Amino acid sequence: MLQVEGLSKTYNKSSRARVRAVNNVSFSVEKGQIVSLIGESGSGKSTIGNMVLQLTKPSSGRILFGNQDITRQRSRSSLKEYYRKVQGVFQDPFSTFNPIFRVDRVFAILHREFFPNEAAEAWQQRVEAALLSVGLTPAAVCGAYCHQLSGGQLQRILIARALLLEAELLVADEIISMLDASTRIDVLNLLGEMRERGLSMMFVTHDLSLGYYISDRVIILYKGVMVESGNTQTVFSDPQHPYSRSLLEAVPRLDVRWDELPPRPASRHEAAMFNPDCDKGSPRMEQIGEDHWIAVRDCLPGTEL
Amino acid sequence: MSVEVENLKFYYRTRKGSVKALDDVSFSIADGEILGIAGESGCGKSTLSNGLIHVCPPMELAGGSVRLDGKNLPLDKPDEMNTYRFRNLSIIPQYALNAMNPTVKIGRYVQDLMQSRGIDYSAIEKLFADRLRFVRLPEGIQKRYPIELSGGMKQRVVMVISTLLNPSLLLCDEITSALDVSTQKVVSALVAAFRDEKIVKSVSFVTHDVPVLYQIADRILIMYAGQVAEAGPTEEIIHAAKHPYTQALVAAMPEMASTYRQKKHASIPGKPPALLDPPEGCRFKERCPYRMPCCDERPQKRLVGNGHEVYCWKEDL
Repeated sequence: MLQVEGLSKTYNKSSRARVRAVNNVSFSVEKGQIVSLIGESGSGKSTIGNMVLQLTKPSSGRILFGNQDITRQRSRSSLKEYYRKVQGVFQDPFSTFNPIFRVDRVFAILHREFFPNEAAEAWQQRVEAALLSVGLTPAAVCGAYCHQLSGGQLQRILIARALLLEAELLVADEIISMLDASTRIDVLNLLGEMRERGLSMMFVTHDLSLGYYISDRVIILYKGVMVESGNTQTVFSDPQHPYSRSLLEAVPRLDVRWDELPPRPASRHEAAMFNPDCDKGSPRMEQIGEDHWIAVRDCLPGTEL
Repeated sequence: MSVEVENLKFYYRTRKGSVKALDDVSFSIADGEILGIAGESGCGKSTLSNGLIHVCPPMELAGGSVRLDGKNLPLDKPDEMNTYRFRNLSIIPQYALNAMNPTVKIGRYVQDLMQSRGIDYSAIEKLFADRLRFVRLPEGIQKRYPIELSGGMKQRVVMVISTLLNPSLLLCDEITSALDVSTQKVVSALVAAFRDEKIVKSVSFVTHDVPVLYQIADRILIMYAGQVAEAGPTEEIIHAAKHPYTQALVAAMPEMASTYRQKKHASIPGKPPALLDPPEGCRFKERCPYRMPCCDERPQKRLVGNGHEVYCWKEDL
């Protein structure tokens, strides 16, 4: 459904210094699949999300949505058509909403912009159905201003908004990092339910335990480079890239303490692996198992797997 | 016991009345102990840290006492507290990353800070350098501006400054929340190292992130809506919690052991009560699956194990 091919984004810091925020990233998201982009600050995970949402223009590479390269189309009408199918939800729900509008205004704008021919009554019913399906009481939220609602409620309103558009892909950028533990799991479970309805998702997060809980596939990013990707279970149980390993070891768990973690067997592909800290150029993803890929150096002879 | 908190109340004065952010909380921290304090937004955990350091309007001390090394802290007299602050108790604030003055170099900042406390900087300069080394920062940090450091480095600098005078009690307020996982691990391990090296005597580590507490805390205190729900040894709180809220909170944490498809975690229905006018009795009763008529009365502290206290009416804990 969504295919990202060789995507790069370079920012010019000054006339000489360049930052490769995203470096040759390729992946795809299938229908009804949740793909997590996991990485720490500066890994490029949000930049990728923004490029898919057409908020940032890629420096090179293609983004195919339904076989159309969206990086080439820039007209207003095609963008609007695109946003019917691809929606974003961001980290801070309080800054997403206009504080002087009531929540129903959000839906009224949607009605006017995207479904002008739909009768007001039928639309109202659809709004209520969408709010109910994300676990909200329509009467309680519609007349409220955003400061009267909790972060979890606001995020759910945004997901309901995407449902009303019958969006096919949701780009969820750190949508639960500002929520409390009890609401966090609620929104996460909601994403799981949405997946069962066929909605695809790009779940951008720095929190590995959330990525592990919800996603089908994971992509681990470091300094703009995909270092490891594949089936969630496979990558988390048998990480190969040194960076993914150190990241997984640092996750605070509720069953094992940091200093009691059993040692992992040595990585099988250490020598050939691409290290964004010192290797120049672009890595190549090499398959090392059924749906398990790691970044390897492309051009060094004698380091084949 | 190095810290004894008794019936402590911090209220926020507003036009509509007092918000009872911390309402009758008692606990103690032993020498050499890291007490983890956990709870969700609005449970009073940050109010507790801030109030112990500096009670300033709209916050007011509404009752209770705090004893540090056997001495009563004059919490309601900010000027007298000045003699204790930094020397006897110190805080690493939630927004430590913005705690420093961006226009002066770090060495100068510490010099000014010492001067304001009437301490000769030259006497402490070497200690400062040693401590920076102890947290594994490169040489010459003193000559740098805060903007030249990464988030994790700034956090460590603030940790060093806060603990420079070997305070008895170190308050850590959500210090790992804004950090990446690998930095989070380094910073929380350093807090434990400060304790192990006897740089600080005891630590109150406030966070919403229960898994971090499992890693470093000796005991955990769970707060709900301004009151203590449960307190006890880390292992018991995480794996054998008694209070229905603790059980629900721990169960709501995704913890790398199961996925949505394998086992769906349950959330806690409802939301915490407004603290302007909190309900009578147990504050968790509206969301509690075991609610009984007696929950309208405030539950008394019950001891269910060695140092394990639960505030709940449920019979078979």
